[in-house]
Formats: sequence, C-alpha cells, structure tokens
Amino acid sequence: MSSSTAFRALVRKDLVLYFSNRRALVMSILAPIVIAAFFGAIFGSGMDKPTRIPIAFADRDASALSKAVAAAVKGDAAFDVKEGDEATGVALAREGKVRAAIVLPPGFGEQARQALVGGGAKPVVAVHYDPSQATALTLVRGLLSQHVMKALGDSLGSGTSGAQGADGGKSESGAGGMARPSAFSLPFTTEAVESTARTDRPYNGYAHSFAGMGVQFILFMGIEVGVGVLLARRLGLWKRLRAAPLSRSLLLGSHIVSGAITALVLLAIIYAAAIGIFHVRIDGSVAGFVGIAIAFALLTSSFGLLIAAIGKTPEATRGLAIFATLVMVMLGGAWVPSFVFPPWLQTASLVVPTRWAVDGLDAMTWRGLGFDAAIAPIAMLLAFSALFAAIAIWRFDWEEPRS
Amino acid sequence: MLEARCLFKSYGDRAVVADLSLDVGAGEIVGLLGPNGAGKSTTVAMLCGLVAADRGEVFIATGASRLALDENAHAAKRRIGVVPQELSIYENLGAAANLELFGALYGLAGALLRQRVDAALDLVGLADRARDKPQSFSGGMKRRLNIAAALVHDPDVLILDEPTVGVDPQSRNAIFDNLETLRDRGKALLYTTHYMEEAERLCDRVVIMDHGRVVASDTLAGLYKRLPAVETLELEVDGTVDLTALATATSVTRPTQDGTRLHVGVAELGRAAPQLLTWLTAHGHGVHRISSGRADLEDVFLSLTGRQLRD
Repeated sequence: MSSSTAFRALVRKDLVLYFSNRRALVMSILAPIVIAAFFGAIFGSGMDKPTRIPIAFADRDASALSKAVAAAVKGDAAFDVKEGDEATGVALAREGKVRAAIVLPPGFGEQARQALVGGGAKPVVAVHYDPSQATALTLVRGLLSQHVMKALGDSLGSGTSGAQGADGGKSESGAGGMARPSAFSLPFTTEAVESTARTDRPYNGYAHSFAGMGVQFILFMGIEVGVGVLLARRLGLWKRLRAAPLSRSLLLGSHIVSGAITALVLLAIIYAAAIGIFHVRIDGSVAGFVGIAIAFALLTSSFGLLIAAIGKTPEATRGLAIFATLVMVMLGGAWVPSFVFPPWLQTASLVVPTRWAVDGLDAMTWRGLGFDAAIAPIAMLLAFSALFAAIAIWRFDWEEPRS
Repeated sequence: MLEARCLFKSYGDRAVVADLSLDVGAGEIVGLLGPNGAGKSTTVAMLCGLVAADRGEVFIATGASRLALDENAHAAKRRIGVVPQELSIYENLGAAANLELFGALYGLAGALLRQRVDAALDLVGLADRARDKPQSFSGGMKRRLNIAAALVHDPDVLILDEPTVGVDPQSRNAIFDNLETLRDRGKALLYTTHYMEEAERLCDRVVIMDHGRVVASDTLAGLYKRLPAVETLELEVDGTVDLTALATATSVTRPTQDGTRLHVGVAELGRAAPQLLTWLTAHGHGVHRISSGRADLEDVFLSLTGRQLRD
C-alpha cells in the first residue's frame, strides 16, 4: 500500500515538474509541429503552385524546331527559364543559380528531324547540371524530351508528343508515359555534364554534406558558448568577472573571440577530415574559403552571445536555441536542397545566415568559384554577426539578479 | 578604507537599500548582519560596483588617495577583492590556474603573478594542491580557494558575502584564521553573514541591517550595552506563570515561557535573581533548575527589530 502511494507520488511529481516547465513544454510541442509543417510543405501538397525549377536555356541552333522547343520550355510551368548563351548558362549552373543549363547544339533541328524519320546521327543536347541537386536532372531531361517530341511532331504534322528513351543510358525517357512503338526512339541524345570546378574531377557529394553538417554542429557549439555565460552567471563566476576592472566590451569581446577561435578550429578539423578521408577539395579560392570560415566563426560566437543575452535559464535556453538552430539549418538547405522549397521559402531563406554559409562553402569547394563568389557570403555573414552582437549587447542584463 | 555614504537602491517602488552608510577601516573586520531580504547582497553588489546605486557614493581610501567607485571604477576595483557567496571558481581549471586567471584580470603577469598565486595558495593552505582541480576538493577547500581568488591581486579591501555557507566547523575555523591573518596585515574586511556566532567570533564592529536600513552600527560591546538585559536566566518551573505580573513586580525583562521552561532577561543578576525566585515561590511555582547566560547578537537583533534574525 505504501509503495503504491510512493509510486503515485513519484509519478505525480514527474508530471508536475515537466508540465510546470512551460518553455520545455512549448518546445516539445512547437518543434515537431514546425518541422513537420516544414517537410509537409516541401514534400506534400498544400502549395498553391508547384515549385518552378530554375534552368538556363541556350539555343545555338536557332532553327524553327529549336525555337519551338525553346518556346515550349519557356512556357512550361515547371521551369523558371533564363535564356542566354552557352557560357552564361554553364556559369549559372556552376554557381548554383540554376539547377541545369540546356544547350541545343548547332544543327539540332535538322539532325533531329533526320534521326526521327530515317536514321542518321542524333544530335547531342548537353545538360549542364548542379550535381548537389541532381534530382532535378531527371525532371529536366524528361520534360525536355516531351517538348522536343511535341515540337517535332508539330513540325511533321503528326502530333507526336512523347518517345521512349533508348540511347544507351545517356538520355531519359520522354515524359507522359504514353504508349509508343517499341522501335521508336528519341531523335536526340542528352549528355549530362556535372557543373563542377573542373571537368576532370567528378562531383564529390561529401563536399556539400560537410558544409551542411559542419555549419549545423558548429552552431551547436555556439549554443554552448551562450549557455556557458548563463551558467557562469548562475555560479557567481560572472559576478567575480564583473567585479574585476574590466570593461563590458572586453568581457563580451573575449567571449566572441574565444567562441570564434573554437568554431574556427572545429571547422578546420572537420574539413581536414573531409579532405583527408573523403577527398573533398577546395577547388575554388582558398582565401575565399578562409574568409567564409572566419566570418562563419564570428557568426557562431555572436549567435552564442545573443543566446546568452536573451536566455533566462541554461536549460530552457539550450532547448530554444537548438530549435532555432535546426530551423536555420533547414532553411539553409543543409538537409534538403533549397530548390524543393516553395518559392516564398526560397526567397525567405536568403535572410538566413546558414544559407550563406553553406552556399559559400559549396562555392569555394566543389563549385570551384573564385574569391569574388565569396564576397557576398562573407559580407552577409559579417552583417549577421554584427546584428547578433548588437542585439546581444543591447539586451544583455549587466546587473546581478535582485536580492 | 571603505566608505559608503547614503546609498539608495530601489527596484520599482520597492526600496531595497535606503540611506545606508558604513565604514571599514584598515586592520578591521566589520560584520554586515541581517536576515534574508534585509538588503545585504544589494549593498555588497553596490560596494563592489556590480550594481549602480540610485544615490550615494562609495569610496576606497588609502593614505592620501580617495577613489570614488562611480568615477574611478577600474582604479577602485583594483583595490577591492570580492568573495561571492557562490563558489565562483572554474572546477575544470587547476587551483593555481584559477588564481592565475583571476590575477590576470587585475593586470598581473609574469613573475609577480606567480608570486602572488603562491602567496594566496599558501595563505589558505592549498599550496600542496596547486595543480589539482577544484572538482577533487572538499567543500571547505573550495571555499578557501574561493577566498584566495579574491586575494591574488593583493587588494586593500576584501568584501566577503557569506563565505562559509555549507562549510564544516573545522574548515570554518581555518577560514577564520585566514581572515584574521589578513586583518593583522592591515586589510579592511567587510563580512556579511547571518550567523551570529561568526560575527561574535570574528568582527570588531557590526552593522545590523533590516528592511534595507542600518538599524545599528557599533562594536560588540556597544551593541550589548543597548540591550535592556545583558544577562539571561532560564528556569524550570511548575505551572503557568503570569508573565505580565512577573514583569511588573520584578526587575526582569522580556519573560517568555515554553512548557516548564521560563526565560527572562536581567540587567543586574545579583538583584534580579533573588526577586525572581521569591516571586515565583510566593505564587506557588516550584523551581527545579536555574541557569544563567550572556545575551548575544540574536538578542540584540530581537531587541532592535522585534523579530528573530532568521525569520
């Protein structure tokens, strides 16, 4: 009897303690709702209009057929097309600004028509694609096949609207899954070209993974910087530090510097492992990579300071900060490619510092871009650092708790 | 050395400290006493420069030099050592490493820093544990290191906020010995506590606070003189005593009864004791035991505020 009373009391105690911690309770409920809503919005229904895939389109043929294909691709609701020459398209793909760049070669129209009706060499359509978001390639190839066949059909007056791919694995099947004669094949082939730093070096998927996970877990370290300040306050250490003849800027500045150094060391070790074990390469500007690393390290420590300024207790603050970090990392494209985001979310993610960090690290590693591509990420990360630090200094409670 | 003049501090409409003035001289230990919520911690925070006073001034004076804390904060803080109530040391740093850190915060470096660290560890009896981390220390050793951290820059004024909380009697005595050594070296020590026996053992003067105000400031002897009774008598008696009649008919003061125990205050033991025994016998109360004792600071506080110090 007494053990049952004690058991009930212990259970009641745990429930009361848990449900009386409002912050923890809100976090336990809010976090899964927000994250589930995020993934639901990306992968499920509920969007007003489908996400448009940004692509570049270069028509080097300028024939009636290629113009018809260009018009069809441009009019496709699935695409957000940037027209231009081949070099521009390839550069956009390499910079990650488009998922793919389609290049119709000279003579495409005539060769495709010949290939369709009587054999002859099939023209090769180059599709330069962003290898970090290769899932878009299949869709691009499929829709391209559909539009080419539709244009060809129209030009021949047959109304053909699809074709079965059979070109040695280079091209994809036509979209729509329509039944066709088995001997019928696409009158062109596609050549998928990874848009990386160097054509002789295949895309290394670890490069993007290390950027995303490095950013995430170094931000977790930043949380510990902030929680450390709150713990120091609780333990009276902050009181002793403030009793010393030190200025506020020195006290907070020391935390920013130590946090940044720690973040920098961690990032260096993570990338050393990535380079040494997983063969990730800094194919772009080394100076740009270092600049982004330093800017991100400063962002991490100022984020920690912000946490210390707005947090109340170490326990509650840690939970809230982890949640905020996960949201930032999600929006930064570290978990899923940002092109699958709804358009509004893609725009919104530009004001998330993690997006700039991940994109910047990608640009300096496998994309192989120059220092000029690092300037915007560095500037944005430093701007966010300054913003976080300013808010932290503004909100920081200097005086000791009331007695 | 340490002077506080007319300090005021309020949070919202609530005045936490009101018109507080106190002095601590060189070679003197002054106790700051008061119950929880009396304003001791806020006072200490203002004296250390952790909290800005709404009004009033704090000075650190040595020789011809007199520094106002709000005007020369850094220079004044260099002459103050603070021992917070919490164990404000880094558990994962060695004892000497802790002191080197806190010394560096006051601008010490090189040989001088090492010398001061050694001296501080030696004073608190931790020289042989210099490299050990505090996480392996006993509670008393941590408390002593907590004090050493405030001494490493050799301050003129040491402010200690209940530095013996949770310490066993042996360690407490060791800490008292350390503080008395510092007093003998000419340091000014302000010691906040709500342990009467600590103040009686250690302090040359005592400042008693209640509701944010100083209700008394004097030497121990001076404070005892304020009591209407400097001695107490405790008797084991039969029956329930009419305390009002007893106080009216005899010279005893503040009579109280708890069961068979009768407690009274007396100013002159030789005159009051016979009166008391005679009155009790005359009113039918048998007396089985009698003992006498001195009034203590608890009685002083009760006399000044009308309530117990640990209320």
